[in-house]
Amino acid sequence: MRDFSYFRAGSLDDARQHATQPGAMLLAGGTTLLDLAKCGVAEPDSVVDISHLSGLSQIAADADGVTIGALAKMEDVARSPGIRADYPAVSQSLLLAASPQLRNMATIGGNLLQRTRCPYFRDPATFSACNKRNPGSGCSAIGGVTRNHAVLGTSEACIAVYPGDLAVALVALDATIDLGGRKVTADEFFVLPGDTPDRETILERGEMVVAVLIPASPIARHSTYLKIRDRQSYEFAAASAAVGLEMEPDGRTIRDIRVALGGVATKPWRARAVEEALIGKPLDAGIIEKASRVAMDGAIAHGANRYKVELAPRVIARAILNLGGLA
Amino acid sequence: MTRTVHLSLDINGRRHDLDVEPRVMLLDALREQLGLTGTKKGCDQGQCGACTVHVDGKRVLACLTLAAQVEGRSITTIEGLAAESGDLHPVQTAFLEHDAFQCGYCTPGQIMSAVACIREGRAGSDDEIREYMAGNLCRCGAYNHIVAAVREAAEMA
Repeated sequence: MRDFSYFRAGSLDDARQHATQPGAMLLAGGTTLLDLAKCGVAEPDSVVDISHLSGLSQIAADADGVTIGALAKMEDVARSPGIRADYPAVSQSLLLAASPQLRNMATIGGNLLQRTRCPYFRDPATFSACNKRNPGSGCSAIGGVTRNHAVLGTSEACIAVYPGDLAVALVALDATIDLGGRKVTADEFFVLPGDTPDRETILERGEMVVAVLIPASPIARHSTYLKIRDRQSYEFAAASAAVGLEMEPDGRTIRDIRVALGGVATKPWRARAVEEALIGKPLDAGIIEKASRVAMDGAIAHGANRYKVELAPRVIARAILNLGGLA
Repeated sequence: MTRTVHLSLDINGRRHDLDVEPRVMLLDALREQLGLTGTKKGCDQGQCGACTVHVDGKRVLACLTLAAQVEGRSITTIEGLAAESGDLHPVQTAFLEHDAFQCGYCTPGQIMSAVACIREGRAGSDDEIREYMAGNLCRCGAYNHIVAAVREAAEMA
């Protein structure tokens, strides 16, 4: 790992000022940055440690919603009684991610910014071609081992999966990301790879995630996160779904629904077509299974990841049926 | 260019002064500079849990923590677990009684993780122990005995 200078920021302004320097990177929990520095993917000249800043770790809830500070730890947010009661999909997405040790380290802001687990991206010593690491160099994954690569949102330049869980729940629940100077929806925060897979979010140099805001709603209160993976724990999603459900007073008709997918797309993937297909429909297994398949319209498989096209709709349907008490 | 930072770390209740390059991880500082080799280097990538230590009472991975990052924090390693008298921590005793290891390499990390797991109230059943100890891999596959040791230590806590 290349050496770098270390600077401990004393204030947010301090951090922003140092972060604008070329080659500077922010350090919060360190679980992504230091891991990627060891892989040779991240090569910071200077590391700006923001983990000691105070006032950015709050979990502040009121009737309108909850504000989660960017430096709040995954484990603390997951265990927060208010989050568990009013935003269960958020708590579940966090508890089903990583390990207790990593959850004690990793922050909410850093969690959103975690990088893909694409093995070609993570191994520059062996695979020089990676458009995400080195724009224009090509993609080693296309034509390679693709079992864990994306089927939605891909481009000819990149098929790497966005690996996170929390962001999937945030996209489903219409969360907003506070960047200090501006706010954007979680959906807008992440961008598709297109011709520039090195650019994964709308963050500009010197900008940082300050907080995440999740609006309170009946949908958020009645939400769940279902994650299917290759081993029972401590693994990234093969496919996952965050779902929120609100029923009409008749108890049988879907008034409103939110669906987002993880583990199958290049960004946290809102499945609006599934939502539109289900609003006003009865809560019925056959109808739900059919509507869930719409999520895969436009999916492109690359060999071994073809199973995700079958798996993801089943995960969506199971999550909805679980929420509706039908499974 | 060689840059070093001077650090004063609080480890197992004692102050340790050292000069390190900024890129040095807590794990390497403990093992290579301070002679505290109880904390093990397994994968060195945050995936196996062998390097688990406590920072301000929380279990974390020393391989993904800069030494410079934890100046001002309170660090506990496996060497700091036993009492001053030399009496083993109840989790250490339980690991011995249940033969909860074979080669022993992952054991310090397992024990540090188990102490925190019990303190967090996440050792109420075998399933819960398995889930909340999932960040600690054992390549010998001593998991059944590890779960038994954690369960007994939790029941005695």
